[in-house]
Amino acid sequence: MMQELIYALPLTLIFILSIAVIMVDAFTGKNKTVAYYFSIAGLLGVIIAAIYTMTLPSADLAKMAYEGTISKGMLTYGGYAAFFDILFAVAGILTIVAAKPYLTREYGEYKEFYSLIIFAISGMMTIAHASNMVTIFIGIEIMSITFYVLAGFIRTRITSVEAALKYFLLGSFASGFLLYGMAMVYGATGTLQLQEISAKIATGEIVNIYLQIGLALLIIGLSFKVAAFPFHQWAPDVYTGSPTVVTGFMSTAGKAAALVAFIVIAKSLLPTNFGATLINDKLIVVKEFTENATMIIALISAATMLIGNITAIAQKNVKRMLAYSSVAHAGYLMMGIVANNENGFAGIVFYSTAYMLMQIGAFVVVGVLERDDTKFQQISDYSGLRKSHPYLAAVMALFMFSLAGIPPMAGFPGKYLLFTATIQSGYTWLTIVAVVSSIISMWFYIGLVLNMYFKEKEGDALVADVKSSHFTIAVSVIGVIILGILPSFLIDLAKNFF
Amino acid sequence: MIQQIPLEYYLLLSAVLFTIGTVGVLTRRNAIIIFMSIELMLNAVNLTFVGFASFMGNNAGQLFVFFVMSVAAAEAAIGLAIVLALFRAKKTVYVDEVNLLKW
Amino acid sequence: MSLSVLLFGILSILAVASALITVISKHPVRSAISLVFHFFMLAGLYLTLNAQFIAAIQVLVYAGAIMVLVIFVIMLLNLENENKLKSKYNILQWSAFLLGLGLVFLLGVTYLSTGTGLQFAPEIAANNSTAQALGKALFEGYIFPIEAIGILLTGAIVGAIVLAKKKLS
Repeated sequence: MMQELIYALPLTLIFILSIAVIMVDAFTGKNKTVAYYFSIAGLLGVIIAAIYTMTLPSADLAKMAYEGTISKGMLTYGGYAAFFDILFAVAGILTIVAAKPYLTREYGEYKEFYSLIIFAISGMMTIAHASNMVTIFIGIEIMSITFYVLAGFIRTRITSVEAALKYFLLGSFASGFLLYGMAMVYGATGTLQLQEISAKIATGEIVNIYLQIGLALLIIGLSFKVAAFPFHQWAPDVYTGSPTVVTGFMSTAGKAAALVAFIVIAKSLLPTNFGATLINDKLIVVKEFTENATMIIALISAATMLIGNITAIAQKNVKRMLAYSSVAHAGYLMMGIVANNENGFAGIVFYSTAYMLMQIGAFVVVGVLERDDTKFQQISDYSGLRKSHPYLAAVMALFMFSLAGIPPMAGFPGKYLLFTATIQSGYTWLTIVAVVSSIISMWFYIGLVLNMYFKEKEGDALVADVKSSHFTIAVSVIGVIILGILPSFLIDLAKNFF
Repeated sequence: MIQQIPLEYYLLLSAVLFTIGTVGVLTRRNAIIIFMSIELMLNAVNLTFVGFASFMGNNAGQLFVFFVMSVAAAEAAIGLAIVLALFRAKKTVYVDEVNLLKW
Repeated sequence: MSLSVLLFGILSILAVASALITVISKHPVRSAISLVFHFFMLAGLYLTLNAQFIAAIQVLVYAGAIMVLVIFVIMLLNLENENKLKSKYNILQWSAFLLGLGLVFLLGVTYLSTGTGLQFAPEIAANNSTAQALGKALFEGYIFPIEAIGILLTGAIVGAIVLAKKKLS
């Protein structure tokens, strides 16, 4: 029991922290700096605890996850779960630091913002630690419900409230599908524990219509949550309407969390290793089932990246353009699930880390430059940025190059890893589609850079209100460059997870 | 009392209810009625869970229903708060009148 | 025709009918009331599955708490009828209904042709779904989800207050 508490320390800490931040917020009255530093310190504590659990021997962790008193087969400890804990906590810190000047300027009030961010992180960490469909569902719901609120956080602003409404209606609609899928899988296998489901499917006894309907519904629900075609329509609206710092958080950490849920479900519902005792015709049934499902995910992935990138070209608003590019990135990330091998999952781990840094960085730059909700968000407003703000222009260009996947930024090794993993498992056509859509995406990423560097601004120059956002931008830039130059450290780490 | 209804009928009923809920979400314009349609969908799923749990003699499905209910309660609170905020800002609850961002 | 078949038939027809009224009705209050009725019918269906405790909770939580909140908000906002419903959304509505009908028909055929092969075991089901058995299972095997639900509800309360507060301070 005591030992298990140490293994579950990151989760325990974030749960305690989420309650503690509200209390601190309530008792410090007007002075908001206490809650600010308290939440950052708490998240640093979570990161330290997660790093500690990563160093523990994995055999003990797996045993404890299955037999422990707290877990009872509901959780996994260490490994990729701990890594994603760190990722989400880092995203939280970056967002909190950047949100302070943004909310002070745009809204003047940021009570409960920190506690909402930490609630969202506790949901994401629950997903990362889940090994049972109950835990996955609850984690997704904690995350989504907090996101609905964060999207509408600036509640006097009509676009923000509208984003919240759309996100809420479509998000809970998607939860319905997800839940129905879980019910069908439960009916087919008789259990909600993912390892047990995996073992049962691998025997080939239970591949029937109920399991197939269940998997289809799960794919629909999860596609909604990661904003994949044809269920991506909410994403651009919600990402454009939400406060910019929140968008940066939702479109990176939120997407990564939904992808973890996708990985965990795909890994157990689409087994790739079968027992030696499997009789031939059963083996064929299971193989056909997994191949069909993988093909559907591959088609969704291909359509998502094409649609996302092509629509992004037509956008005039930088925030909306980044929103569509975020849809396209969901497509790239889903290639790792199509690959369904350790390289693919390692690719997702690496690319979601890189993507988090560059996307949060880009959104923070947009947030620093925009005024009054919608002003100064057009691509044409960014022309001449090199002259007025050489530092911001350089940073934005760096993020754009990284998003486009140009070496030596972090986007390149991530894409390389995902593409090779997909070729490895025989989906060469998907890789070709991905390469083509990456080339299409160069058009608007480089277009923005050209606009900043080679066009003269007519009218007044933009005013930047950076303050503590410097920290977020600096961390993102350093992260993007380090991951781009020395990717092998993280890749090797990620390959050990799966 | 001996049970004679096979499980398939419960599943079919649940599918019918789920579809009614889905159609409601897709066709209605009033945000509150869309919300009620979502509740219909969640309840249809609960029926599936309880049906499977009773027929398999394993109560994991029934326990899931508790969590679905708590989530539905939380969603109700948040959803209605959002509708309230929308009504204050725009004096409407119709989703097609809310179109500053392209739907 | 035995009693249980009759019971199931009546309950399911009423459940479908009230669900349809919820979705079709022009007036939000009428929708809400028929949804409450629907929840009672579902509770009855849970009873035919020997799940007594869930049936009780269904009535308490859904009909008693969630729907009261919904009706309260409808009254608070003083919503009128949805007049433009028919004129504007005719094609969309019909296509959605037809699509739904087709889907249900397909599902019905597949469900009834490939059975689950599961047999109802009334005693086991009844023993599994008493408050005692559920509580034991919930607090032994589901410790973590219970804690997480606590976080979810706290987060929802904080969020609802953030969104529904009236003035900027």
